[in-house]
Amino acid sequence: MRKVSGLSRFNIASLAFGLAFLYLPILILVLYSFNASRLVTVWGGWSLRWYHEFFNDRAMIEAAWMSLRVAVASATIATLLGTLAAVALSRGERFRGRTLFSGMLYAPLVMPEVITGLSLLLLFVALNAERGFWTVTIAHTTLTMCFVAVVVQSRLGSLDRSLEEAAMDLGCDPVRAFVAVTLPLIAPAIVAGWMLAFTLSLDDLVIASFTTGPGSATLPIRIYSEVRLGVKPEINAICTLVIALIAVVIVIASLASKLSSSQGESAAPL
Amino acid sequence: MSSRRIFARPARFAAIAPYVWMVLFFLVPFGFVLKISLSQTAIAQPPYEPVFDLTAGWDTLKAAFAALSVGNFRLLGSDDIYVFAYVRSLTVAITATALLLLIGYPIAYGMARLPKRWQAVAMVLVIVPFWTSFLIRIYAWINILQHDGLLNQILLALHLVSQPVVWLSTDTAMYIGIVYSYLPFMILPLYATLAKMEPALEEAASDLGAPPWQVFWLVTFPLSLPGVGAGVLLCFIPIVGEFVIPDLLAGSNALMIGQTLWLEFFTNKDWPVASAAAIVLLVVLLVPLLLYERLQKRQLEQGR
Repeated sequence: MRKVSGLSRFNIASLAFGLAFLYLPILILVLYSFNASRLVTVWGGWSLRWYHEFFNDRAMIEAAWMSLRVAVASATIATLLGTLAAVALSRGERFRGRTLFSGMLYAPLVMPEVITGLSLLLLFVALNAERGFWTVTIAHTTLTMCFVAVVVQSRLGSLDRSLEEAAMDLGCDPVRAFVAVTLPLIAPAIVAGWMLAFTLSLDDLVIASFTTGPGSATLPIRIYSEVRLGVKPEINAICTLVIALIAVVIVIASLASKLSSSQGESAAPL
Repeated sequence: MSSRRIFARPARFAAIAPYVWMVLFFLVPFGFVLKISLSQTAIAQPPYEPVFDLTAGWDTLKAAFAALSVGNFRLLGSDDIYVFAYVRSLTVAITATALLLLIGYPIAYGMARLPKRWQAVAMVLVIVPFWTSFLIRIYAWINILQHDGLLNQILLALHLVSQPVVWLSTDTAMYIGIVYSYLPFMILPLYATLAKMEPALEEAASDLGAPPWQVFWLVTFPLSLPGVGAGVLLCFIPIVGEFVIPDLLAGSNALMIGQTLWLEFFTNKDWPVASAAAIVLLVVLLVPLLLYERLQKRQLEQGR
């Protein structure tokens, strides 16, 4: 029998190309953040000069602090709401307005951010809400809870439901069965959902630009306005710090899901 | 009553909080976009004439409906800038999605052929860049593509070009940026369907004498169509409304619709026209959005 499966040279080449394409630009960026020279293209030796400059840039630090606060707050609310939504969709059987509900949850996943941002801003203006921390947090929660819902729902869908049913046959009421059996099993997905929401919020430029007010810029907004003026080594340093933060978050997430997923396969992070 | 049905009752109550949230912060805002897209621009804060006031009673409401202005939409249809912007958005999205499919498919195919243990590793490797900031990834390319950037230095050193090539502010740079940013969205759904495929099918076709390209074209590709559909929609829809990538990497002579919306809103402070542009964008994307939702629903709820 001729074997078709197995790696051909073409397969290996495309994999190598794909990984190089995905990783090289980021590696180059990290490398140049340690470059002593102001010219981004000349290597002037290793240096932490640009990190030093970042930590002395008050406006940048304030923006970073604002972004972190928004990311933690919105990821936490989004995880709560998104998990509830996932439970309702995968365990609620049929209920009134279900189609609209799932529609509203799936649409923001691909909806162009300019539309989401603009519509939320118009709402905040109509409500006469003061724009700043809370408006950005609400906007990010609205976007990221949909991602949480999808991650948790895919985990709930792959669970063996006879476990919950067994708990109930043994006398648990539904809420107790959920807390004692279902919740521990979907915990890795909930953690992954929080992390995803956190990084999406930390990353967002467009929605934050629409919904924030004067004087409360987030980190991406500040980076964006600097980048428009051209490449600055300080930006490389900030980007490297953000990448490092996200890397730590991913490592914690994968450790958490490894610890608690010995019962079954963990949900895909997307 | 089965325990499954008993479980479903409290589970339904879980929908209340997220339901209210999404109606309030997703559905209702569209009403405001629609309302303001129909109102007149004004030099005020906020910069639009109110169309109607719900507190003013039914009669004024009726009068207000009669006076609704479709002028903003007429402007979008008659001003070449907007027509060009929509055409350009669609062309860019179609071209970029085709490129993504061409580049992403071989990578996803290679992943699906890896030994099982390595497949998980490869999947993590594809997902990780998606977790790093979008803006940072575009910025990384500005580093590489700028006038005295790494790419020009390499090309010069290899004597492939005699003087630096202008990369930034070109469509080439924009396509590189889009493909780079959206590649994981194309690879993952493709990989998901390709990995589930029965290898015996390809082997059978091959045993029956089909050359490799025919095996691919007649067996593998048709079977991977659900993944192709998911990947294409997942990339196409957001690219149409993309703002950051064309703004930072492409030239400013041809704008995409996301850019004109941003410009009207932040620079010209013309909120009604920006809202009208958003409504038209939404209408353009309605069919792909509905297709995507059906796909997503089927995927997540097939186990029910």
